[in-house]
Order: sequence, then C-alpha cells, then structure tokens
Amino acid sequence: MTISIDPQKTNNESLQPKGWLRYFSFSLDHKVIGIQYLVCGFLFYLIGGTLASAIRIELASPMSDFMPRDVYNQVLTLHGTIMIFLWIVPVVNGAFGNYLIPFYVGARDMAFPRLNAVAFWLIPPSGLMLVASYFVEGAAQAGWTAYPPLSITTPQSGQIIWILSVLLLGGSSIFGGINFIATIIKLRRPGLKLMQLPMYCWAMLGTSLLVVLSTPVLAGTLILLSFDIIANTGFFNPVLGGNVVVYQHLFWFYSHPAVYIMVLPAFGLVSEILPVHARKPLFGYTTMVFSIMGIVVLGLVVWAHHMFTSGTPPWMRLFFTIATAFIAVPTGIKFFNWVATLWGGKISINSAMLFSCGFIINFVFGGITGVALAQVPFDIHVHDTYFVVAHFHYIVYGGTVFIIFSSIYHWFPKVTGKMLNEKLGILHFIITFIGFNLCFAPQHWLGLNGMPRRVAEYDPQFQFVNQISSLGALLMAISTIPFLINVFLSVRNGKNAGDNPWNALTPEWLTSSPPPVENWEGEAPLIKEPYGYGKQISEQK
Amino acid sequence: MTTLDSSKEIQKNNSEVNETHEDFRMFGLITFLIADGMTFAGFFAAYLTYKAVNPLPDGAIYELELPIPTLNTILLLVSSATFHKAGKALLKDKNSDSQKWLFFTAFLGIIFLICQLFEYFHLPFGLTDNLFASTFYALTGFHGLHVTLGTLMILIIAWQSRINGGRLTSQNMFPLEAVELYWHFVDGIWVVLFIILYLL
Repeated sequence: MTISIDPQKTNNESLQPKGWLRYFSFSLDHKVIGIQYLVCGFLFYLIGGTLASAIRIELASPMSDFMPRDVYNQVLTLHGTIMIFLWIVPVVNGAFGNYLIPFYVGARDMAFPRLNAVAFWLIPPSGLMLVASYFVEGAAQAGWTAYPPLSITTPQSGQIIWILSVLLLGGSSIFGGINFIATIIKLRRPGLKLMQLPMYCWAMLGTSLLVVLSTPVLAGTLILLSFDIIANTGFFNPVLGGNVVVYQHLFWFYSHPAVYIMVLPAFGLVSEILPVHARKPLFGYTTMVFSIMGIVVLGLVVWAHHMFTSGTPPWMRLFFTIATAFIAVPTGIKFFNWVATLWGGKISINSAMLFSCGFIINFVFGGITGVALAQVPFDIHVHDTYFVVAHFHYIVYGGTVFIIFSSIYHWFPKVTGKMLNEKLGILHFIITFIGFNLCFAPQHWLGLNGMPRRVAEYDPQFQFVNQISSLGALLMAISTIPFLINVFLSVRNGKNAGDNPWNALTPEWLTSSPPPVENWEGEAPLIKEPYGYGKQISEQK
Repeated sequence: MTTLDSSKEIQKNNSEVNETHEDFRMFGLITFLIADGMTFAGFFAAYLTYKAVNPLPDGAIYELELPIPTLNTILLLVSSATFHKAGKALLKDKNSDSQKWLFFTAFLGIIFLICQLFEYFHLPFGLTDNLFASTFYALTGFHGLHVTLGTLMILIIAWQSRINGGRLTSQNMFPLEAVELYWHFVDGIWVVLFIILYLL
C-alpha cells in the first residue's frame, strides 16, 4: 500500500510561528526539532557542568566543607543523570540524528514527524522535574545507577521523581529510535542503496536497534524498583526475600548498551567530519559498517563486566571478560580506519578537525583502560574507584562531547548560514583539551591508589592530585566561555558561509544554508559516493 | 530567516509534484511491539532468575489454580480468531459484520479482565506477601494493562467501522490492522506468560 502526500495537508503542516518562535512550538520540521534537542541539551549541559564544578570544589579539600555529605550525594546523582540522559543521549542521537538523517536518506522529513515532536517535548518537562526534585525533599542520592538497597533506603520522594523522569526520557529515546529505524530502512530515496549511505546513518541504525532492544528493559526494571519504594514489595529488597543482583543485571542490560548509545553516533559523526577536512574518501567503508553492527551485537552481551564484584559465578566472569575483550576488535578496526583516512590527506587544521583528532587521542586512551577494566583481577582491584570515573569520562567526555563540539563547528554553517570564528574555536579546543586531560588523567592514579568514588571525603594523602584535577575542571568550565561568545557573535555578525563552505559531498551540503523547510527545492539529489573526494566531481550527480 | 521565505516556493513545487511513498506505519508499529516485548522479556528473565536462585520462605503460599487461567487462554485465543474475522469482513465491505465481530472481540477481552480480577480476589496471597506473589501480580498486572488498552482500542475502531460516516473502510484498513497486530501480540505474550507462570 502506498500513501500519497496531499499537498494541501503538507502546506498546513509547515505552518509554524515565524523566526525564533518556531523553536518554542510543536514544530514537525526535523531541522527545527534537531535544533530544539541541541539547545535544550546544551542548557542541561550547563546545569550538569555547574554540578560537576561543585563536585570538584568539594574534592579540592579532603573534608566535606563545601557542602554537606547528603547534598554531595544529590549533586553527583543529578550530575550523572543530567549529563547522560539530558545532554549526551538527546544531543548525539536526537539533535544530530534529526537534523542529518533525513538529508542523508534523501527525504523531506523523518518517517513519523508527529512522534518525533512528541519525543522531543517529553524531554524539557522531565528534565525540569528532575532538577526541581532537589527543592522538594532533596534529589535522589543513589547515583545514576540507583542500586538498591541504597535507592530504597534513601529519601523516597527524590528517588521516585528520578524514576519518573528517567522513564519519560527512556520513552522519548524509544520513540526516537523507532523513528530513526523507520526513516533509514523505509524512507530512503529510490535508487539509494544501504551500502551507499553516509556512515552516520549506519551508526544511527545500530544505535537505534540498541535503544529499541534495551531501553524497555530499564523501564520495566525501574517500574519494579518504584513498587519496592512505594508499595513495599520486595523485588530488590533482601530483607523481604528479594535479590539486588537481579536489579544489577537488568540495569546493566540497558546501561552497558547505553554506553554504545552514547558513543556509536559519535563514531558516525567523526566518520563524516574526517573525510571532509582531510579531502580523502573514508577508509574501509565496508569494514566500518560491519564493525558498527559487530559492536551492536557484542554490546548486548557484555553487561555483567560491571558486576565482577557482585558475587558473579566464575563461568559468567569468563564469558563476559572474553566478550568484552572482543569488542576491542571492531573498535580497533574503526580507529585504524580513521587514522588511515587522515594518512596522506590534505588536512586542514580547523576547530572541527582539532576536536575530531582530540577525540581519537582521548578515546584510544579510554579504550585501553576499558580493555584493562574487562580483566577480572584488575577490575576487582579498581572497582568503584576513581579509575572507573577516569575511564568513563575519557569515553563520554573525551569521546562523545569532543565530537559534539566538533560537529557543532562542522555543521554550524549549514544550520545558520554563518561561519564560526576559527580563532575562538581553536582557543576553545586548546583550553578544553588541556583542561580535560588535566582533570581526568590524574584520576587514574587516584583510583589505582585506592581512592573510592562517590564520597565527599577522602584520605589527605590524595589532596594534591585532587587539586590538580580540580584545576583541570576549572579550565573545562572556562573553556565554555569562548564557545558561547563565538556562537553569539557568529549568529549575529558571522562571515556568510555560502551553501557548501567545506566543499563537502554529503547531501546536506547540496541545498541552501540554512536549508528550506522541506530540505530541497525539487527532487532530492542521489549521492552514490558520499566520500568520493579526489574523484571527478562531475561523476557524482 | 530565509527558511520561511523559501518555503513558499517549495510548497508551490509540492503542489505540482504529488509525491508518494510506501506506507511504513506498520513497520513502526512492529518496531514498537519488539520494544514492548523486551519489557516483558525483562520481567520474565527476572521471574525465572528468582525462581532459580531465591528460595521462598517456609510456609509461603504460591500454588495457583488452573481453571480460570486456562479459560482465559481460550478466551484470548478465540478473540484473536474473531478479530481476524472482523478484518476479513471489512475487506469484503461488510461493515456491519465487521462491527459485530469487533464488538464480540471486545466482549471477550472484557470477560478476560473480569476473570482476571475474579482470580485476583480469590488468591490466598497479596501483593507484598512474598517474592513470588509480587512477581505474579507485576507480570499479570502489566499484561492486564495491555489487555485493557487493547479492549479500549477495539471499541474505538468498532465505533469507527459504523456504516455511515465511519473512518474505517476497506480502503482505510490501517487502524484495524494495527490494533489486530497489537491484539495478537498481547495474546502471544499471554501464552508465554501462561506457560512460564502457571505451568512451569
């Protein structure tokens, strides 16, 4: 059965408030929704960053003198939850996915525009609810993992609001995932084959599969947890005959794939950015596709490596160690492909390229500590120490957030029609890169020497290294200033970008900047070689 | 912004080229049902793990009687067949027949829910009595919620398949097909639930 698009209806749908007001409307335009995701996510990033600064101020001295210990617990819980569920996941999936995927598949919008708008508008209320829970009776204190029995014994109202908020955000994520799968599989322009799609489509397809398969399990688990808190059932309460380890299994069945939900789209984005600024085809397209799908499959069967100290039986330890080590193979393939893409290229050193290279360096480091953490003896030694904090932030900040900034520098000209200032951009990169490594590299040492995470007080012998780390955090906070100045100045008086400032070959650059409401005037272009740099452009068409 | 100015031209273009695309609403629904199925899979996995590793305290009552759930299984399986009949009737433009079958399906769904509630009120254990009891109520309750939603949706499409002014016709089968797929999914989950919870 086919559906014909009624032109009259399309006209009505594109009626939305004029100018900036449309970003506050229930707009169905995928580009408007993408920007809504990005700006909303960035505001939450500022809140989460403020909380991170509070944590680092507290940890500059061994005693809990900046804030009381229970407030510290609330701050670290909110920091983790906001950064993961309201900044990284919505931005790297929702923002760039919504903006780019319809261009890449040659469509005028996403497959289900209304569902798309609903998915976005679930985010601001649940985010505000989460932040506001601090002012009710105190926010949740059990960390972003909400492990019982901690989450059952800490004050209830904050924990329940936390659960409700994460459920809504999970729903938003599932709706987004369904939309991306349908758009990539079903809405491709006639004549465009799967293996001709830009790499970000493959990354989003893999990510969306993970979202659809694993997020519902978290939702079910959190519903059971809320029963434990409200109705006094004993699913995860050992006193009532329950089992805390079942919660951990179910939680990590979502939350390990969640790491790939946060990082696979970044893999896709960097695969778009590197070829453009190195003027070379993406190296190893096919291996890239298969390694993404390999990561999706393996990513679903490695969750128990988070639980080596939870009384895991030996066969489980063996299986999950081996499976985790296997993930290094597809990930390694991708890294060699990116380095090979850069090799011998005509590299332009600009902000987008610098952030992408920073990503490669940081992520290799985070990957190596990841392989180390998969080994049971080592993991038992550093479990729940700052080593894990350092590893995780190398993946999620050094990896994904660097790519978010890289993508903002890369696609800003397309979205606004203006160039960002390169000098401020490079300054932003230098402060971020130094600040990030200064903040998190010393934490490996702290962890190896036994400083536990998630506590407000620590042994005075760790004070000096903690102060170095806090100094790094200060630099990271400062690095946001040149970025914000850059965006505000460039939106007003930036240099005009033209339609294709980078001479890129992917479809979004073949329309005007900013693009018209339905992406193309007339038919969508058919791009069979999105990375055909160095070949005759006339062959493209 | 230039976006809105250029949009007018696009709209003009659109009214000339009437584009078509494949109907992928069913594809989206199937993806959603896979996600929904994963929620149940998580619950089943938790239940089976509890059964394997968490012994119940001495004297805990966890015996279930079979007559009512067996009747419920038959009710749901028959309702799947009657729903299918409704679809066939609509395809042949027999709207009133289709409507009758739909109301009958909804009726079976309501009987199922009444039987479920009857079972709840006559069970010897409550929600918080022991781990088995909690898991039993969580699983059957979550499934019952799905049946309730399904029954409401069947009543809505039954109303829509009325002969004069109804939206549901042999040309517009999607609402019926979507609810039918959902209903078969809920039945399938029940069969798995019946085997795992009552028979194992």
